[in-house]
Parts: sequence; structure tokens; C-alpha cells
Amino acid sequence: MSENKTGAYICQGCGLGERLDTSQLVTIATRDGKANVAKEHEFLCSAEGVKMIQDDIDNEGVNKVVIAACSRRAKTDAFRFDDVAMSRANLREGVIWVRPDTDEARETTQEMADDYVRMACAEVKHMKLPESSGEQSLNRHLMVVGGGISGLTSAIEAAKAGYKVDLVEKSGELGGQVGKLYKSVPRKNGLQGYVDSEIGELIEAVNANDNITIHLNTTVAGTEGAPGRFKAELATESGSTSSIEIGAIVQATGFRRYDINQLDNLGGGKSPDVVDQMGFEELAKAANGGTIKRPSDGKEVSNVVFVQCAGQRSNEPGHLNYCSGHCCTTSIKQAMYVRDAGGDATVLFDDLRTPGATGEDFYRAGQEKGVAFSKGKCTSVDTSGDLKVNFKDLILDEDATANADMVVLATGMVPASGPNPYLQLELDEAKNQEGQEEKVVKLEAELAKAPDSILNLSYRQGTDVPHLKNGFTDSHFICFPYETRRTGIYTAGPVRRPMDTSQAIEDATGATMKAIQACENAAQGRAAHPRSGDLSFPSFRKEGCTQCKRCTVECPFGAIDEDEKGYPQYNEARCRRCGTCMGACPVRVISFENYSVETVGQQLKNVDIPDEFDEKPRILVLACENDAYPALDMAGMNREEISPWARIIPVRCLGSVNTIWITDALNSGYDGVMLMGCQKGDNYQCHFVKGSEMAHYRMSKIDDTLKTLNLEKERVQTYEVSIADIQRIPKLINDMDKMIVDEIGMSPFKF
Amino acid sequence: MSEAIATNQTILVVGGGISGLTAALEAAECGKQVVLLEKSPSVGGRVGQLYKYFPKLCIPTCGLEIQYRRLKANRNIRLISMAEVTDIKGEEGNYNISVKVAPRYVNENCTACGECGDAVEAEFDDEHNFGLGKRKGAYLTSRMAYPQRYVLDPRIIGTDDAQKAKDACKYNAVDLEMQEQDMELNVGSVIWATGWKPYDAAKIQPYGYDRFDNVITNVEMERMMDPFGPTGGRIQRPSDGKEPKNIAFIQCAGSRDHNHLKHCSRICCMASLKQTTYVREQFGDEAKSTIYYIDIRAIDRIDDFYQKVKEDENVSFVKSKVANIVDNKDSGNLILNGVDTEGYNRYANEHDLVVLAIGMESNVPAGVFPEGTAINEHNFIDFDPANGGIFGAGCSSDALDVNRATQNATAAALRAIQVVNRVAGQEG
Repeated sequence: MSENKTGAYICQGCGLGERLDTSQLVTIATRDGKANVAKEHEFLCSAEGVKMIQDDIDNEGVNKVVIAACSRRAKTDAFRFDDVAMSRANLREGVIWVRPDTDEARETTQEMADDYVRMACAEVKHMKLPESSGEQSLNRHLMVVGGGISGLTSAIEAAKAGYKVDLVEKSGELGGQVGKLYKSVPRKNGLQGYVDSEIGELIEAVNANDNITIHLNTTVAGTEGAPGRFKAELATESGSTSSIEIGAIVQATGFRRYDINQLDNLGGGKSPDVVDQMGFEELAKAANGGTIKRPSDGKEVSNVVFVQCAGQRSNEPGHLNYCSGHCCTTSIKQAMYVRDAGGDATVLFDDLRTPGATGEDFYRAGQEKGVAFSKGKCTSVDTSGDLKVNFKDLILDEDATANADMVVLATGMVPASGPNPYLQLELDEAKNQEGQEEKVVKLEAELAKAPDSILNLSYRQGTDVPHLKNGFTDSHFICFPYETRRTGIYTAGPVRRPMDTSQAIEDATGATMKAIQACENAAQGRAAHPRSGDLSFPSFRKEGCTQCKRCTVECPFGAIDEDEKGYPQYNEARCRRCGTCMGACPVRVISFENYSVETVGQQLKNVDIPDEFDEKPRILVLACENDAYPALDMAGMNREEISPWARIIPVRCLGSVNTIWITDALNSGYDGVMLMGCQKGDNYQCHFVKGSEMAHYRMSKIDDTLKTLNLEKERVQTYEVSIADIQRIPKLINDMDKMIVDEIGMSPFKF
Repeated sequence: MSEAIATNQTILVVGGGISGLTAALEAAECGKQVVLLEKSPSVGGRVGQLYKYFPKLCIPTCGLEIQYRRLKANRNIRLISMAEVTDIKGEEGNYNISVKVAPRYVNENCTACGECGDAVEAEFDDEHNFGLGKRKGAYLTSRMAYPQRYVLDPRIIGTDDAQKAKDACKYNAVDLEMQEQDMELNVGSVIWATGWKPYDAAKIQPYGYDRFDNVITNVEMERMMDPFGPTGGRIQRPSDGKEPKNIAFIQCAGSRDHNHLKHCSRICCMASLKQTTYVREQFGDEAKSTIYYIDIRAIDRIDDFYQKVKEDENVSFVKSKVANIVDNKDSGNLILNGVDTEGYNRYANEHDLVVLAIGMESNVPAGVFPEGTAINEHNFIDFDPANGGIFGAGCSSDALDVNRATQNATAAALRAIQVVNRVAGQEG
């Protein structure tokens, strides 16, 4: 890389020129910030202003640019320069918009601006342009695990986009659960009955597609690598193995049937004429349009009762505490089988859930076919003689009994996911600690019950995709359904959340979209969501590393492995660039080219700390760039007043905050330090899943540092905030200011 | 904004709500060229008007912020705001799109400094707040507005206010001469994601939305909760500003109804369950919520949210389609008449505020699509081979919640990519 040359450009527009002494800022940039070039402009984001900067880049060799103007979130189109490192000093939203336009405020407002210019110059000096890691590889090839409707859809959709697919199916045939259905619920609206399943055509299309290689009776014995360069070992039932190289993975392993023997009070396992929905499909398939015959004696059924929510939406032990989403329409479909053969069918339900246009039309079609819908709660099924369904009729508010030739229990979907990868890790950790015997026993018991691994990942953080809830591998995010904690591996279909066939087809198509995107990202070294397109990636200084494993354990995405000596192995294409590893590192050897212990550390060290007797405290605010920082910008737009003592530094995630920054800040005389990240816990909103939680955990240990320094623990605070806290965040800062001034006083560490 | 350059390997995304943004970003991050059209001055759509999402009760703008950052960082997407498609001709791999771009009267010089907004006096009903509050004639649609650029209301053009806006701007950003523009685009595939609008509550005659001040819609409730919204974040009765203590939520208001929308709008059950938590958030034990419902459709794993709300003793459920509402003129209270189908009891229950869980009406326009495009009787775009390279996404395809809308939009992005990849393959 050529010589570093910093250009600092100070805007006078939007009132900056009137409220601030911008020529002083030029002096600060040159004198304190050591900028090689420093210029003011009355309207920096104008074509002229931008050209001035671009000319310096092109002709003067400026390769580090400081924009001292508005927030980094504003005017991004104008301030977009290729191949230079850039830092933005937020003088508009961050300074003049949060300070009163008064004579008395002028001095402290100027000091804020001075500091932000110093900080930006210091930051950019330590920023480098991300260089290629050399790990990039393009492999437009997917592995799809599971040959049911979701896996087949994924395979064909990927092939249609021009990608190659290895489709791995454990059993000897394609089609999965949908392949066992007699008829399907229509995917389109309209007052119609059930329709022929499309699965046959889909299997044919998959078989005929040259881009798809099918592996039947095959499981995945091992998976290693990262997006763009995964290697998977496939093992067949016969014992032969083969190896494939793929760019990304779709796991569509579907669901397992809930064991109806657990529902003995509803007759499950007590009478062959009490079946689950899949059992009824088998009978319908055998009848093939004729009257369904019941298993016990072959009698043609003329009266079937469908019991909804059997063993689900319930907190009783052994029951599923969720709704499986598809069972209402499935029962309507099956009731139509009975009605079309001239029998009577009753659906016993609590809430009938047939959402959307298609669902509601199908419900109406069922009503028109004469399916009886009865709002009631089944209390028991008497199997001692002819089947009797006892239920509480919720409409008439009385106990009732219905006779039936057969009873169908609409049981729920159990996700066919692999084991929770964190169980083994927890067990390993517990075994290494004393006094954890009870935990060890509990975890071992849980692990003994865990299903076989599906992907057999060689990852440091376990063999499979993490679970969210109830064994489903779903994303926790509402806006980002394909957010995954294992980059390049996407789950689809009922392994992800309970769903019907239509949903599974949509879901598999979406997951495939993300998988092919992962291939393309890996080829260019680009990060996946939420830091989409980020080319920076972590690296570490091996000499300093103590092999403590904090980074490999704490990475929210399981991106970091360990080599045989216990040194971390970063996998660029698995990494999401949150910096949680950097925050974790006790010896501070981990950094990104453009985000490091230095880029932040030098910012806070370059703030001018006035003498104790000046009575001008300094409060360092480390604000998550995803939520806290935008909220602060909007506070500016709203002209909320913020303490002139605050100096705010955006961070990629609170998880990236290294405690050395806190120690450095306290040692340099800051009077308070505030960390602002996203909500943690069950309803976490942290875009990096665990970052905010890790930060809170680490900060809970900062008290020792404060004690050593003989400082009050109130000086360091960690907060959970949201992007909507436009008034709350300024208040938190102002409260800290007040506490310092009124209660705990200035830090003694000022020089 | 420069003229959008598009080819038949370009994907056109129509609609900049959460579905359109998702589709555009997913395709663009796969290296595809995307033109994203948005009818209003800024993207974000309906989710930008919500206070919180169910079931996490998290903030919708949090996800938008990420989407906007992706958008700012991606050079494969050309966003054109205030643009509407007027005609689509052609076939898969080769569509000609006619677009009308309304004048914003503010150019890219705008720094969003706000001087024009301060200078202008005229105020209009604020669309962002469903008309519950006012905004200036020169405005940003919200604090999250992207593009972060002011817009002049066309109604001030030709008035003194327009000149005041122009004079206030130091950056020559106000351009009163701006005209409506016609634009033709050649694209390979179209993702249609124009979302939904709340069903016109006034059409549900027995509920008297147009007659009774204290009958509001659930989307209005969302705006009331915004600390910067029309009521400063307070739930209050429109008639007298009082805090309601006994709120009724009426489900399927305009949905699952032959006289209105036949379809189930899917989100309204969860929306009302969520809004009962708003009531608790504001009033604690001081206020009660009652949900009048046919079925509570808290589908799949979010059923636990319903279970949790059911445990709240201040929330009760009445299985009933409310027959009608009459008002008590003295108190402004409302009396809901109907039959509780659990036990068949008639009721005449008095509440001080009624929230209609209003249906989701598709925004798919008539007269734009090529003949034969499969648009169903509910006005949603079917997934159908007849549609060639045109794909509905999000609530243009069905009544969906945000999670399913983005899931569906991600799928639509792949379908569009398949089309343009085929074109690329043919063109070499």
C-alpha cells in the first residue's frame, strides 16, 4: 500500500458554519489530527464539494478521508468514494442539533465538534482498506439434505437458477411425508376441494434434471469448511462413501410424526381405529376414492370425528406447546374424503385456523361439502366398545358425546432437526468445572435422547444448526426469516417451524435464494446480512495469542474453529463481522482492517480531557450502530438536548466492545462510560444474536477493574436500548451527566 | 436521480415496503441489477407505521434500519421514489414497463436540514398517521425517511408557501419547475410488491366508524402509540381525549365476510393480541381489553403469544361476531350488541373505545398487467405459469404477516433471478 495521506473535509452547511468555528476545526484536523490536507466547504455534499474531495483523492494521493459534516447515515450517496478509508465526524445530528443555539453553549458545542474531528482523524489513521483474504472461492453447487417436498423444491429451484445440486435422502425414495398423502390441499384459492398432489411431477422433474444428482439411502457423515468451500462426506446404507464439494447447504429434513401412543386418553394406541392424520392418509390412499375402511374390522366408515389440537397447544407433559399450522386444513381435506364417499365428518375444534385467502376459501369449501364443524374440546375417547368421543361442547356449554366409526387425532409436527449443538459444548464445559456433577448428569441424559446428527459439522461449536425453540431451527427475527447462526446453511420446511405444504414450498424457495446468495458472497469475500457486503474480516496476531479459546467459544455464529494447537482458525465466509471475537479477546490480538482495538481506542484517547478543575466531565458512549446510533441521530433530528460532555462512538455490536476501551477511558480521565446495545435474552433484538448479552456479561466483571482504580461502579453502565428510544437515550446520557456533577464528582484520573 | 438504465437482465421490483425491499436486496446481493420503484416519497411502507411487531414486541424500524443500510451500500439497486407503474407489456425475459414519476419538487441537493419545512405554513393531513395528525406542506415522511430528502406537497405549488420553501433552501434543492415524468423500462422480470391497505372501515356500516368518534381502527391505534405520533404516544378517545379504561377489539372487521373481504387477513388476531399489551403497557391494571372473535388465529409457534395474553386477567375473549354498535351520546361510550356463541347469550356490552381489527386489502391495481395475468378474486397475484416472469411478493400474493411476507419476497427474488439467468444464458 502506498503512503498514507489523510484529507479532512469540513462542511459549513446546514448551520455548521454559523454554529461552529470551522476554521478552528481545520486547524484541529491539521494540528491535532495530523491531516495532510484540511479544507472547509460551504456545502460539502454538493457536486462541487464532492468533486473537491475526489480531486484530492485522484490528484493529491489522499487515501484516508475524514468527512466532518452530517451523520454517517446521511448523504451516503454523495460521500461514497472508492478505495479510500473514510471516517465521518458527526457534527450535525451529533453536535449542533443536540445543543442549544445559545451564547453560553457555544464554547462547549465547539469543544464537542473539535473532539469529533480529532476522533475521526485518529480513527481513519488506523483504518486500512480490507484486502482479500485469499479464501474466496466460487462454487455454484448446493447440497440439499432431505428429499421431501421442501428438499425437492429447493433442488429444482436451485437448478432452475443454473446451480448444481446434490440431493441427499436418507430413505430409499423421494417424496417424504407429502409423497404419502392421498390428495393435497390446494395451493390456490377458490371454492374447491382437495387436489392431486404435485409431488409426482416434482419428483419426475428432479429426476430428469441434469443439474441434480440424487443420493438415496444416504446420510451426511461429515461436513467441513465454509460457504464456497464446504466438503461433505456422504455415506450410503451399503457402507460406501463419497465426497462432494459444495458452496452452500439447504437442510430440509422435515418433521417426525408425534407418537399418538402418548395420547391414550384420546384413544391413541388403544384402538386401531384411532389414527393420526398420516395414518388416515394411508387408509385414504388404500381406498383410492372409494369408501375408507377402518383398520379394526375393515368396516366402511360412515362417521368420522376429527379431533383438532390433539396433544398440541397444550402445556401438559409430553404435549407440544405450539400450533402446527397445517392440521386444520388437513382435517378439512380428510373430512372431504369422508363426505365425498357419502359419510359424515365432524371436525371438533377450538380455533379453526385457515388463514389467508386460500385457507379461508378451503374452509368455506368444506362447509359447502357438508363437513360439520363443532366448537368443542375433546376430553376423552372411549375405546371400550364402539368409539365414543366425549367432549365439552363450547357453544352449548355442556358435555356431549359423539359416536364415531373412526377418530382422527390431529397431532402436531415434531421437527426432524439434529441435536442442539450447544448441549455437547455445555457438557464439555461442565465437565471441566468442579461442582457441576448434577449439570453433567442432566446434560448427559438430554444428550442420550438427542437425535442423530444430520450434518455432522466439524465446527468448534457443534455438529448441527442451533435450535431456536421446541427443537425448531427457526430464525428469531421477524424481518429476517432466513437469519441463520451458521452462515451458508439454511433450513427450510417444517424443520424450521411448523407449516403446511404451500408454506414449505415458499420456504424452500426462499432458503434456496439465501443459499445461492451465500455462494456468490463467498466468491467475493462479502459478508452476509446484516453487514451485507462488508469485505473486512478478523485476523489475529499469532505471537500474542494465548489459545484461551474465548473467541472460538463466544462467536455467535460458530465461525471460528481451532487448529490442533488451539489457535483460532477464522473462516471468512462463515464470519458475520460483528467483532464479538475482538471484544472477547483478553490479549487484544484480534482485529479487522477497518475496525480494531486501535480504531476505537485511539478515538477515545484523542478526546481532549479537560483538567479536573474545569468542571467539564467527559462521558464516553459506545453505541451500537444498528439501533442506539440511529436513535441518537433521530434525537438530533428531533432537537433533543444531549449533554455537551458526551462523546459518542458507534460500534458494530456491543459484543465487539473490548474491556480495554473501558479501562483506557477510565485511566484517561473519563468520568463515565456508557454502553448502549440491543435487547438481550429470550426476545433478543441484537442483530448478532449474542453480542449484547456477551457485553453485559463482560461488563458485569468490570467492577473489579473499578475497584482497583478506586472508582465508583456507577461510572460504567450498560444499557439495553432500542431504535425507538429517541428520547430515552438522551435522557440516560443527561442523567449520567447529572449523577457525575451532583453525586459522584469528577474522576481523579485527569492529567 | 438519473434515468434508470435497465435491460432484460434487470429485475424490476415494484413497491418499497418490507417485501419489496427484501426482494430487491436479496436479488441485488446476489449480483443482479435491480430497479426498485416506490410510489410514495420514501420507502418503508406499512411496517414503518407500526409501533411494535408481534410476537417479540420489537421495533419495526430496527429491521428497516438494516434494510436501508443494505440499500445504501448496494450499487446494484436503483431506487426511484414517487414512481408508479402504469403499464406492463411483453413477456418473460422481455417486459416493457411504463412508469410515471411524480414531481418531488426537491432535488438531490437536499440535505434534510429542515429549513423549508420551517418556512412553509400550510398543513395537511399526515398520511403517515392515517390523517390523525397534520404535517407541513414541505416535509420528511418520518424520521426514518429514506431517501432522506424533503418533498413538497403538490397542493402548495403555485402558492406563496412554495416560494417560501424555495427561498428558505440555501442549497438550490427546491425546484418548483419539476414536472411529472414518463419513463420506459425494459426488464426481464417483475416482482410486484405493492402490499396492502387497511380496508375502508366506513364500509362496515353496523360498526359506525364514520359515525362514532370512539370507533377507531387498529392501524390508527399503532399510530397513537408512537411517542411522536398524533397523540404523543397516548391511547386516548378521539371524542374527548380521555384515557379509555374498557376497550373492545372487534376481530374480522371487514375480513371473512361475504359483504366485504372474503379472505382471512391473517394478521389481525395477532395484532389485537399485541395491542392488548399496549393497553397494559399504558394503563397497567387500570384498563381492560375484550376481544370479540370468531377464531383466534395465532398460527404455528407464535401460539404461545396467545397463551400468554390469555393469562392476563385484564384481557377477556368473547366468541362472537359483533352485530352492531350503538353509541351512548352522553358518555361517548359504545354499546356492542351481539350473541356470545359460547352458551348463546345475548349481550349489550358497553365500552369506552372500540378498535376495529381491520382487514388487509390487496393493493394490486387494475389495468396494469398483461392480459391473462392470474390475479384471483381476492385481488392477490397467484403463483401461476400464466404470469410468466411476473411474481407477486408479500401481501400482493396473499394476506401475510411480516415474517411470511419477507419469506415470500425472498422466494420471489429467486424466481426472478431464474428468469434473468435464463436470459443471460441465451444472450451469452
